[in-house]
Amino acid sequence: MDKRVEKKKLDLSSRYQALTQDLQWDTSYQSMDKVFPYARYEGIRINDWSQWQDPFKMTLDVWWRQQSEKDRRLYAVLDAFAQNNGQIGVSDARYVNAVKLVLQAFAPMKYALHRSLAHSARNLPGDAARIAAQIQATEQLRHSQLTVHAASVYNKYFNGMHAAPRWHEQAWYLAPVKSFADDIASAGPFELMVAISFGFETLLSDTLYVPFMSAAAHNGDLSMVPAGFSSQSDVTRHKQAGTAMVKFLLQQDSLNIATVQRWVDKWFWRSFRLMPLVAMLQDYMVPKRVGSWKESWNTFVEAPINALFAELAPYGLKKPAGWQAACAAKDHLSHQSWNAFYGYGHAIAFHTWVPGNDELAWLDSKYPNSFDRWYRPRLTHYAQLEAAGKRFHNHSLPMQCQVCQQPMMFTEPGDGRWISYRETRHEEESFHFCSDQCQTIFSNEPDKYVQAQLASHTILHSNSNNTPEDALQASIAALGVVIGRDNGEFHGSEDDTNFTEWGGGQDMKEAQL
Amino acid sequence: MSNVFIAFQANEESRPLVDAIVADNPEAQVVYSPGLVKIDAPNRLVVKRETIEEIIGRKYDLQELQINLVTLSGNLDEDDDEFVLSWKH
Amino acid sequence: MSVSAIGAYTYAPHDTADRFAAPLLYVAWDEHMMFAAPAVVPIAMDTTMADVQAKVLAALYSAHPDFERIQWTRVQWFCGDRMFTPQPNATLADHGFKHKSVLRFRTPGLEGLRRSCG
Repeated sequence: MDKRVEKKKLDLSSRYQALTQDLQWDTSYQSMDKVFPYARYEGIRINDWSQWQDPFKMTLDVWWRQQSEKDRRLYAVLDAFAQNNGQIGVSDARYVNAVKLVLQAFAPMKYALHRSLAHSARNLPGDAARIAAQIQATEQLRHSQLTVHAASVYNKYFNGMHAAPRWHEQAWYLAPVKSFADDIASAGPFELMVAISFGFETLLSDTLYVPFMSAAAHNGDLSMVPAGFSSQSDVTRHKQAGTAMVKFLLQQDSLNIATVQRWVDKWFWRSFRLMPLVAMLQDYMVPKRVGSWKESWNTFVEAPINALFAELAPYGLKKPAGWQAACAAKDHLSHQSWNAFYGYGHAIAFHTWVPGNDELAWLDSKYPNSFDRWYRPRLTHYAQLEAAGKRFHNHSLPMQCQVCQQPMMFTEPGDGRWISYRETRHEEESFHFCSDQCQTIFSNEPDKYVQAQLASHTILHSNSNNTPEDALQASIAALGVVIGRDNGEFHGSEDDTNFTEWGGGQDMKEAQL
Repeated sequence: MSNVFIAFQANEESRPLVDAIVADNPEAQVVYSPGLVKIDAPNRLVVKRETIEEIIGRKYDLQELQINLVTLSGNLDEDDDEFVLSWKH
Repeated sequence: MSVSAIGAYTYAPHDTADRFAAPLLYVAWDEHMMFAAPAVVPIAMDTTMADVQAKVLAALYSAHPDFERIQWTRVQWFCGDRMFTPQPNATLADHGFKHKSVLRFRTPGLEGLRRSCG
C-alpha cells in the first residue's frame, strides 16, 4: 500500500524568502535611477539591499489571513457594543472626550502616514523593504479606519466628532499633529521610514495604544479598546522593521551614521511633541484611572528605549538629543497640557473640566514632586471661579513654536517655573521655538519651517477681520464646531445632561481611581 | 541587563500562551491590567510552539500569536518552533 | 544646510511684517502660567510703554488675582533675554522691539497662585 509521505514544508525563513524576496532585479530597459528616482537624493548610501531583513518573517498569505481574522473579531465586538448601547456603560461621559481627541488627532494622522508609507513602498529600491512599507501603509490605513469605526457609535450620541478630518487640517490645536504628518509627507523614502516606524512607532506609540487603551477598558469602552489593541499588534511588526531599517542604514555605510542620527534626533523630538495630548488623555481624561502618564513613560518608554539604544550603540547611534529633556518632562507634561486646554477650552472641539477632589488626590499621589507645588493651585482656582459662575477663559492667541507648532507652554527641562524660549534670526526674520531640539531641527532645514502656517499668525494676516480676543474661537466656529455645545465646560453640557438622562455611567464609588 | 516584554489581549486564547511563557521562562513576571496581560523577562523571553501545543492539545502555528499580540520589546528572532525576544548587549 | 530635495526647495517666510496689519509682539507674564503660553498681540511699534502697561497688559492679565497687587516700580522688564528699564513715554520701537519680538515682565514677590507660578 502506498505510504503516505508528508510533503516537506519550507521552513519559515525559506517561505519568507520565496514569497517576499527574490523579487528584485536590476532593470536594464531603463536605468535603476529612473525606476527609483527618490533613492539617492537623501544622501543615503546602500551597497547591498539583500542585507535588509525583516525580523517578522510574515508572508503575504499569512498576513491576509491574520488581518482578516483580527478584523472579523474586533468588528464583532464593535457591533455588540453598539447593539447593546455600550456608550452608556462607560464610567462617566467625561470619558467620551478622550474618544473625541483620539478621533480628531490620531485617526487623520494615521491616514496621512499611510500615504507617506505608500511613497516608500514604491520608491525604496530593496524588495523586502518595499513589501514591509506596503504592509505598513495598508495597516496605517487600517488603523485610521478602525478608529473611525470604533468612534462612530459615540458620534451618534455625543457632540464633537462630526468633522474630525477637517479639524485635523485646520484647527489650531491639532496643528502639531498635522505639522508632524506634513513634515513626514515631504521627507524622502528613507527618512520617512525612520520617522514613522522608528521615531514614532518604536520609541513612543505604546503610550497611546497600550496603557491608555487599558485605561479605556477600565472605563468600559469596549469599542476603542479592541481597535487600539488590534492596531498595536500591527505596530509590533512596524517597530521591528523600523529598527531593522535603522541598523541596516548604519551598517551599510559609515557615511549614513550622521544622517541617521540627525533623523533619530529630529523624529524622536517631533514625536515627543505629540505626547502632551497622550499624557493628558492618561492623567486627566479617563475618570477611572489605571496608571499615570509618568508610570506609562517609565514602563513603555524610558526602560525599553534605554535598552534599545544600548543595543544600537555598537552601530554608532547615540540616544536622541532630546532624550534627557523628554524624560525630565514626565512630572510636568500632562499637567501643563491640561492647563492649556482648560484655558483655551472655548476654542477646541471637546469639553474640559476641573478634576474632582478624589482625582486631585490621585494626581498628587502619582506626582509627589510636582503636582501640589506647581499645578494643584491652578486647578483649585479654576474650580473656585467655576463655582462662582466665572469660569476661566484665556482669550489670548497663543504663541506657537515654529517647528512643532505647540503653544509655547513648556517649561525648561525638569523645572516648573520658567517657560522655555529659544530664538533664531534667519535671513532678517525672527523665529521662536519651545526647546533646544525644535531650534536645532529648524537650523538644519530652515526652508521647511519658515513657510509654516502657524494658526495664531495666519489668523492675524491682513485679510482677516479678527481681533485677537475672538480670533481663536472664531477660527474653530468657522470649521463647524458649535461653541458651547461641542466645547466649553463639561458639567452642564448637552453630553452631560443627556448621559444622566439615559441612565449612563458606572458606580464610581467602587472605582479604583 | 534589561527586560524584554511581550503583551497580549487578556482573553481565553492568550491564556495558554501566557502559561507556556511562564513555564519556559522561569524569571518571567506577569502583570495584568484591564484588558491586557504583559510578561516581562530579564534579557530573553522564548515562546515555544511545542509547549503551547502540549497545553492546548492541538497543532499550533506560532504566527497565530500575532492575533492577540499587543506589543513587545526586544530583538525578535522567529522560526517555526520558537519566537524569541532578546537583547544582545 | 539646506533641505535635501529632489529639485529646488526655497520657500519664503510666511509671517513677514508686510503680511500683517500691525507687527506682532509676543507678551508674557513670567511665573504666571495660568496663562499657559505667551500671547500674540498685533500692535504698532510706536505704542508707548505706558499704553502697553495700561491697555495691553491689563487686558491680558487683570483676571489674575496678582495683577491688582503689582507694584509697577518693582517690575522687571525683558526684551527677549535683555532686561531693560522702560520709559513710560518712550515707544516699543525706542526700546528695541520690532516684529516678532518677545516682551516679558516679572513681578518679584508675586509668583502666581499660592506661589506656584500659575
